[in-house]
Amino acid sequence: MTVRRIFQVGQPMRRPLTWGDALILTGLAVLLYAGVRLAIRAPAVVAGPEISLSPRTLPWYALLSVGRMAAAYALSMLFTLVYGYLAAYHRRAELVLMPLLDVLQSVPILSFLPVVLLSLSAVLPLGVAAELASVVLIFTSQAWNLTFAWYQSLTTVPKELREASAIFRFNGWLRFKTLELPFAALSLLWNSMMSWAGGWFFLMAAEIFVVGQRDFRLPGLGAYLQEAANQGNLPAILWGLGTLVLVIVALDQLVWRPLLAWANRFKLETVEGEEPPTSWFYDVLRRSRLAESFSRRITGPLGQRVDAWLLQRFPPPGGEVAASSRRPWLIYLVAAVGGAGLVYGALRAAQMLWSVPPSQWGEIGLGVAVTLLRVLAALVIALAWTVPLGVAIGTNRRLATWLQPAVQVIASVPATALFPVFLLLLVGLPGGLNLAAVLLMLMGTQWYLLFNVIAGASAIPQDLKYTTALLQLSRRQRWRTLILPALFPYIVTGAITASGGAWNASIVAEHVEFGGQTLHAVGIGALIAQATADGDYALLLAATLSMVLTVVAINRLVWRRLYRLAEERYRME
Amino acid sequence: MSQNGVLLELRHVHQLYRSGERTFTAVEDVNLTLAAGEFACLLGPSGCGKSTLLRIITGLQPPSQGQVLYRGVPLRGVNPQATIVFQTFALFPWLTVQENVEVALKARGVPPALRTARALKLLDMVGLDGFETAYPRELSGGMRQKVGFARAMAVEPELLCLDEPFSALDVLSAEALRGELLELWTGGDIPTQAILMVTHNIEEAVFMADRIVVMDRNPGRVVAEVTVTLPHPRQRKSPEFLAVVDQVYATLAGQTQPEHLEMGSAPGEPGRTRALPHISINDLAGLLEHLAEGSGGRHDIYRLVDDLGIDSDHLFRLTEAAELLGFATVAEGDIMLTPLGETFAEASILARKEIFATRLRRLPLFRWLLALVRAAEGQRLRAEVVQTALELEFPAEEAERQLETAIDWGRYAELLAYDEGILYLEPAE
Repeated sequence: MTVRRIFQVGQPMRRPLTWGDALILTGLAVLLYAGVRLAIRAPAVVAGPEISLSPRTLPWYALLSVGRMAAAYALSMLFTLVYGYLAAYHRRAELVLMPLLDVLQSVPILSFLPVVLLSLSAVLPLGVAAELASVVLIFTSQAWNLTFAWYQSLTTVPKELREASAIFRFNGWLRFKTLELPFAALSLLWNSMMSWAGGWFFLMAAEIFVVGQRDFRLPGLGAYLQEAANQGNLPAILWGLGTLVLVIVALDQLVWRPLLAWANRFKLETVEGEEPPTSWFYDVLRRSRLAESFSRRITGPLGQRVDAWLLQRFPPPGGEVAASSRRPWLIYLVAAVGGAGLVYGALRAAQMLWSVPPSQWGEIGLGVAVTLLRVLAALVIALAWTVPLGVAIGTNRRLATWLQPAVQVIASVPATALFPVFLLLLVGLPGGLNLAAVLLMLMGTQWYLLFNVIAGASAIPQDLKYTTALLQLSRRQRWRTLILPALFPYIVTGAITASGGAWNASIVAEHVEFGGQTLHAVGIGALIAQATADGDYALLLAATLSMVLTVVAINRLVWRRLYRLAEERYRME
Repeated sequence: MSQNGVLLELRHVHQLYRSGERTFTAVEDVNLTLAAGEFACLLGPSGCGKSTLLRIITGLQPPSQGQVLYRGVPLRGVNPQATIVFQTFALFPWLTVQENVEVALKARGVPPALRTARALKLLDMVGLDGFETAYPRELSGGMRQKVGFARAMAVEPELLCLDEPFSALDVLSAEALRGELLELWTGGDIPTQAILMVTHNIEEAVFMADRIVVMDRNPGRVVAEVTVTLPHPRQRKSPEFLAVVDQVYATLAGQTQPEHLEMGSAPGEPGRTRALPHISINDLAGLLEHLAEGSGGRHDIYRLVDDLGIDSDHLFRLTEAAELLGFATVAEGDIMLTPLGETFAEASILARKEIFATRLRRLPLFRWLLALVRAAEGQRLRAEVVQTALELEFPAEEAERQLETAIDWGRYAELLAYDEGILYLEPAE
């Protein structure tokens, strides 16, 4: 299991908020404003699709859901390759692109869903708008970590391999194909798997989005589950859940595992390392006559053709390696036009925000505070049970062999898919949605923590464990001197991801349309959903912006510092 | 066209780089010609800029100043007639042996059938028949480098550049591969017109090259050229061979200077600050003991390499330290202990420390460092402060190593203590 590095390590400690960040946040505000302006023309009533609960429709729904994911993933990869290339090879572009990416990845993406949906439905036919909105949403959840991975690979390609590709006169295509892509393959693959897991969460949220008279649901597995829960149809719920788990497991077994097994060849280390990943499906494919002749007759020659054509079409650079024929005036022109647009947009956005009455600002402030409390509560509860269990699994091999796969399957079910089902159970609780929302958030966040704790606990060196045993430390001392410090970096990493997930979940957890009735909690997520339902566009802009700013600020002021502390003091390497 | 078959010509090549506010010289005013039929060596200690020079020659990086002419024409970008065999092989780990060779041909647009035939022929020639489908990680270092040679040969370069090609190999594979390369070269089996090899191994250079261009560091520059006219195959134990080796050692080991020149000036003062050679005191003591054990008097430096079982780079750092501390003098490729050096070699542990401390206090760099710590508040100084000050004299990386060495020596002499990034004086001071 790999643990993702969230912030780029090694860059000097910057001030928590720089001018560049301010500029980027202003840009986001302007973008949101533009969306909201468009949204004003959105239709007031949106009739949703008919969702059939017949199990026979499930394959079709599953296909639709997977199709959306695949489309968004393709978009993400394309974006990743282009964006990463620009950032890695153009010094000036890098100065803008990397900070931008850093802000983008800490923004709560789901808060954009209402604005994106409304604005797209104002300009596009309804079906198309909702489809596109879901793809855009999934894209924004998948792209950033992929882009970071690609950029980091590009900037760390070993020098002598780069020199070899230059001295043997590789053109851009050959360098991409034989050097850069293989070098990045493993990291891209791991991040793709992570992106897909995250993507399900947002796909389900997009498929079940309903506010007031506007029903933006999309035919798919998420909507099926929601409809089933709405009608209290237990068999349908089970059918839906079963299909979802089946799809996720099938993707894992038929796509990701074989890819991992195949990609093992891209490991850089030149000695045979630990046990390579295996995949039964990959072995089957490798032994299959059909696949072999397919690759020999069709893909092989086709690849040769493409290579030959691209090599002829783009000869290797003959001149200086960094021959720069820049046109500075063009850059300045673009910058000037962009700057003017930004200033104008910012002014208009400010104007709109100005029109928000103080009472609503008060509500926003309260909402942010309450949601923050809820996120914290969800984190605390998650920590309380994941740390003991994670340590138990991570340090006990026998427990791990049967618990770990079970946990992985449970965790692979996106929390948003279960929301409607859990609502069935939670609605009756005292405190209503205000408390239930915490539990809904918890469902989305606890797994990140659990996996990180397991990874951390299993990484504690055996000799240190022996030492604590030899010193006869008490249980309490053992936790304080060894286990907790060793877990710290992993807990921080997990908590950053988890709190991001919780903020995202607030949009769908604090405002629910269920069984014909609308349930509210107090919170910023509820406020955003409410503003979407009522068509209060100024409030929508103000609330979304407040949430984005809060989350980015918390990231910079709290998480980044903790992460740095963890990296510098507590990492065992 | 070229005159007298001159392939390559460097004119007043400089390589500068910036580190913070200062500019450092990696390569200073190198003039060099290489004719067809020549096997030349760039020889020098690490950090003398020989690898940088190789990259300039092949066009991987342009020089800061000066000109690179290939067949009389100024070089722009990577030289298509040149290729490199890398020290670390630089094979693509995800391609098989055959694919690694073929990819070089593919880049030049050679059609598939032809490139497969050529790759197989070359792999056969270097003796890798049967390993075509192996991945580099499955091969030994020597075999990997054979793939490196086959790949370089595949593009039929006029100028074959070798960047320390044998230094990452074990002794036996290196020796075998040297012989095989020489056989190919002297037998005229390959279309290569000239070979330029970078190395820090003196015997290797004398064994293989017709001409040795000797370089030295601080700044990287050419200090001598030695022509080797011995016929191939050369006998390593023959007196003629050893005479050339001795001559090259004499050039590289230099001559002990009068004390004030040898020690240099303190950082920040006019004149050159003498860099401390990066050695451990243990090794230095070992060298001095070895010299004292012998018949006394002079020792051939080149013989020490075999006697002590260390490489020449390491040995030069040790002799440099011995000179700097006044324990030995070097002249004409020979080293002699001074009376102080003899005393040190025979002294007890504590007496050694005392002698060492007395000598350290005379070094301008150390005097400066001790004064800096003494003047600091509470006589405690953060190491970063020293590092920053040193960066005025040395590039950042070198400054860091200087600081490390200074701390190491200072601790041994019990002049300095160091803890958690803080330098302070030993109580005895």
